Amino acid sequence: MAATTTHASPVPASQPVYAFQAPVRLYHWVNAACIFTLAATGYLIAHPLPTVMGEASDHFIMGRIRLVHFTAGYLLAVSLAGRIYWALVGNQVSRQIFYLPVWRGSWWCGLGEEIAFYLFLRKEPPTESGHAPLAQVAMLLFNTLGTLFMIFTGFALYGEGLGHGSWADRAFGWVVPLFGDAERVNNWHLLGMWILLCFVIIHIYMAVRADIVGRTTSLSSIVGGWRSPKGR
Amino acid sequence: MEKVTVYAAMRAGGMSRRAFLQACGAIAASLALPPGSGRAIARALERTPRPSVIWLSFQECTGCTESLTRAHAPTVESLLFDMVSLDYHHTLQAAAGGAAEEARREAMAANHGRYLLIADGSLPVGHPAYSTIGGVSNLAMLQEAAAGAAAVIAMGSCAAFGGLPGATPNPTGAAPVSEVVRDRPLVTIPGCPPIPAVIVATLAHYLTFGRLPALDPLGRPKAFYGETIHDRCYRRPFYDRGLFADTFDDEGARKGWCLYKLGCKGPTTYNACATTKWNGGTSFPIQSGHGCLGCSQPDFWDGGGFYRADALPFGPLTPTATIAAAAGVAVGGAVAAANRRKRAKARAAHRPITVDDLEKGQEETP
Repeated sequence: MAATTTHASPVPASQPVYAFQAPVRLYHWVNAACIFTLAATGYLIAHPLPTVMGEASDHFIMGRIRLVHFTAGYLLAVSLAGRIYWALVGNQVSRQIFYLPVWRGSWWCGLGEEIAFYLFLRKEPPTESGHAPLAQVAMLLFNTLGTLFMIFTGFALYGEGLGHGSWADRAFGWVVPLFGDAERVNNWHLLGMWILLCFVIIHIYMAVRADIVGRTTSLSSIVGGWRSPKGR
Repeated sequence: MEKVTVYAAMRAGGMSRRAFLQACGAIAASLALPPGSGRAIARALERTPRPSVIWLSFQECTGCTESLTRAHAPTVESLLFDMVSLDYHHTLQAAAGGAAEEARREAMAANHGRYLLIADGSLPVGHPAYSTIGGVSNLAMLQEAAAGAAAVIAMGSCAAFGGLPGATPNPTGAAPVSEVVRDRPLVTIPGCPPIPAVIVATLAHYLTFGRLPALDPLGRPKAFYGETIHDRCYRRPFYDRGLFADTFDDEGARKGWCLYKLGCKGPTTYNACATTKWNGGTSFPIQSGHGCLGCSQPDFWDGGGFYRADALPFGPLTPTATIAAAAGVAVGGAVAAANRRKRAKARAAHRPITVDDLEKGQEETP
C-alpha cells in the first residue's frame, strides 16, 4: 500500500512535477490533524479517563472532550466537502483518491505487479505507468470511503444527541436503523477509528520508505507540492 | 355488542367526574400534549365505546403482563385498563380451554376491523410448531387476528425485535411481529418489560385521536422513545464532569456518579425510564445504582456484556475469526510456495562461474 508514492507523475520522473496543488495539501494536513484529534478524543469517550476526585462543579472534562470531538468532526466533514469540490476543478492527481480506473487493462496489470512486488514475488519495482494502483485502492478504500463512513456514522450518533427532527437526525438519522441500533453504530464508529489508525500507520511507513528508497521525493511533496527526482 | 362508553364504565366503577378529568389531564401531560388536550381526551372517552382489545401471548415470559398489572388502583393505569374491553388475555381472562378460544373468535367476529390487537412475545417463524395455543400455531393465530385488527401493538422487546427467544443462536427462528404483520398500522413498545405508563398512554392516544401516536423509524412512540436514558438521566452531569463509579462499591458508586464505565447502556438506549420511572415513579435501575441494560434496544441480549462499556455486539466471532485465520494461512502459504518455487527455479538455472571463466570469456568476446 504505497499510500503516498501514489500520486506519481504521468511520466517517469526526470523533471519536477507539480503534483499536489495547495488545496490538496491543505486538506491533507487538516485531515491529518482532525484524525489525530478525533481518534484521541474518541478513544477517551469510549474509555473515559480515571475519575478525578474533588467537587463535581470543578470539572467538565468529558463535556470538553466531547466538544473537541464534535468540533473536529465538523471540520473533517467540511474539509472533505472542500476536497470533493477540488477534485472537480483541480488537476488529475487531485481526482485520484475518488475513483479507480477499472476499465483500463494497464491499471490492473500495474496492480498485479505492485502486489507481487510487495509480496516479494518480484524483485523489480513495478513499471512506472503513471499510477500506483495499489496506493489508489488504499486511498479510496481507507481514506475517502473510511472518512465518509466515519462522517455518516458520527453525525448519525451526533443526531441522536441533538434529538428527533434536528438537522443531523434528518440528514443522517437513517444510518441508525441500517445498523440496527445506536449501540451498534457506536461500535462500528469505534472500529472505524481503529481501521483508520491502521491506515495511518501504513501510510506514514510507506511515505517515509518511499522517500528513502523511492526515485522521487515523497515527504516534501506533500508540503511543497513538487514531486522532484532525487539525485543519485 | 354493548355500547358502554369508557366514561360510563369508569363512573360505574365508582370514579368521580373530578377524578376522571384529573386522569385525562395526567394522560395528556404524560404524552406531552398541549394544554387543553386533557379536555379533548375527556370528551373522546365520554363518547368512545369501550374498544375491544385482544391480547395474544407468544414466545414470552409474561413479564409484559406483570408490568401492566403492577399498576395498582386507583392509578391512571388500572383505570384505563378497565376502560377497554379486554376480550382475550391468557393470564387475565376467566375463561379457559375451548371456551377462551371461543371468546376470542366471537370478539374478533363481532368487532371485525375495529379491535385493537396487542401481541407480546416473538414468533417461531423458523419452526411454527415450537409454540402453539390450542393446537393453533402462534404464526397462524397472529395472521388470523391481525387480518381484522384496526391496529397492532407489538408489546415488549420480544414482539418488537425478537428479544430473548431471538438471541443468538435463535433455535426457534424467532421473529418480531413486524415481520409477520405488514399491512396493519403497527406500534412497537419495546422494553423488557415495557413501562406500564407507556403502554397505557399509547392506548389512550389511540382511543382519543383514533390514530396512533407519532412514531420513530423503529415504530416506537416518539413521546417516550425520543430521547436516550443518558440524555434524561439525573446522573448525566457527572458524566460530563468525568466523574465515574469504577466499581460497585467505590466512592463514586456511593456518591451516585455516572455508571458508564460499569457498562451502563443509557447512552444508546431509548426509553422513558429516566422520566416516568417505575413502580409509580419510585425509582429506575440507574437510580438504584445499577447501569441500564439497554433492554428496550434491538438484540440487547447479544450486546456483548452488561458490565462492559465497550461491548462489541458483532455476533458470534469464533466462526468469522476461524475463517479469516484459515484464509490468511492459505494466502500466506500460497505466496510462500510461489516464492519458494521461483527460488528453486532460479537455483536450478544458477551456474557457478569463476574468475578464470570470466577472464576466459573476456578474452573470447572481443
